[in-house]
Amino acid sequence: MKFSNGVKDGLPIGLGYFAVSFSFGIAGSKLISWPLVTFISMTNLTSAGQFAGLQIMSDAAGTFIEMAIATFFINLRYSLMAISLSQKVAPSFGTFKRLMLATGITDEIYALAVSQSEPVTARYFAGLMVLPYIGWSSGTLCGAVCGEILPAVVTNALGVALYGMFIAIVVPQMKAHRPTLVAVLIAIACSLAFKYVPALSDVTVGFAIIICALVASLLGAAFFPVKDEEESCT
Amino acid sequence: MHLRDYFLFLLVMAGVTYLLRAVPFVLLKGKIKSRFWRSFLAYVPYTVLAAMTVPAILYSTDSKLSGACALVAAVVASLFGLGLVGVAVVACVTVLGVDGISMLL
Repeated sequence: MKFSNGVKDGLPIGLGYFAVSFSFGIAGSKLISWPLVTFISMTNLTSAGQFAGLQIMSDAAGTFIEMAIATFFINLRYSLMAISLSQKVAPSFGTFKRLMLATGITDEIYALAVSQSEPVTARYFAGLMVLPYIGWSSGTLCGAVCGEILPAVVTNALGVALYGMFIAIVVPQMKAHRPTLVAVLIAIACSLAFKYVPALSDVTVGFAIIICALVASLLGAAFFPVKDEEESCT
Repeated sequence: MHLRDYFLFLLVMAGVTYLLRAVPFVLLKGKIKSRFWRSFLAYVPYTVLAAMTVPAILYSTDSKLSGACALVAAVVASLFGLGLVGVAVVACVTVLGVDGISMLL
């Protein structure tokens, strides 16, 4: 489990991240300048969380508490992954190394790390992070810079890539696991209500997402508790 | 937005995200025992992404029509087994096609 093995395994993730963060850069450059968008990617390394964060910080009514709560719930899954990954790492992967490398716990890097047959060493995990980190940061930079140059018809088209990726994560799970289908439909119905029901439309975007996800996930957990083998595929 | 506000927002966002990853990674060695909370956490990523995508995707492009077409095309592409990048490409091409055609008309 050498550093170089990790770098090699991380290549496809890095390429995918470049493409997706390109669209984040475009979306962001419409709201804030390119160095600021790029710096978000360099310090966060999340997709959905950054996207919601960008919406909150560019919303005139957005607040810090809303940012903290939205980030907490959207990125809460990383805590689950961190718990799961902590069971999988080599004994030499100590506290200091964990503090240094925790930022690398993303959906894809996590999935690749835990699918290894051997215990994951800090060297390997660090290698695994390198190209995705570079891909995510440089993709955002390119997207943000190009977003200011490219015609609107092209940036609009590229800006939808992030939603495409979200759909590609949700749909297969909805297809494979009926309770997820139900939970997702509840979340969508709730989200539509916040947008179109006049009495609810004063709620800010960030809180609407949190409430939708909380309601749908709590109902899902109450009525369709998952079995252990079902969790492992998430 | 002021630069000061940007950095404060960034500090909150990056700080919360880092703590969510680092604290359980460093502290927790055992498994969460409550089946209810394990289930809740298992549903969270999907419900969050769904709530973020619908209806926002309809307003992310030039027209609601191209956004709606991208949504449908991406769901179909995903049902046919395309991966992350493939589905994203399908969504982009759909928007480019629909907005391009409506510009010409």
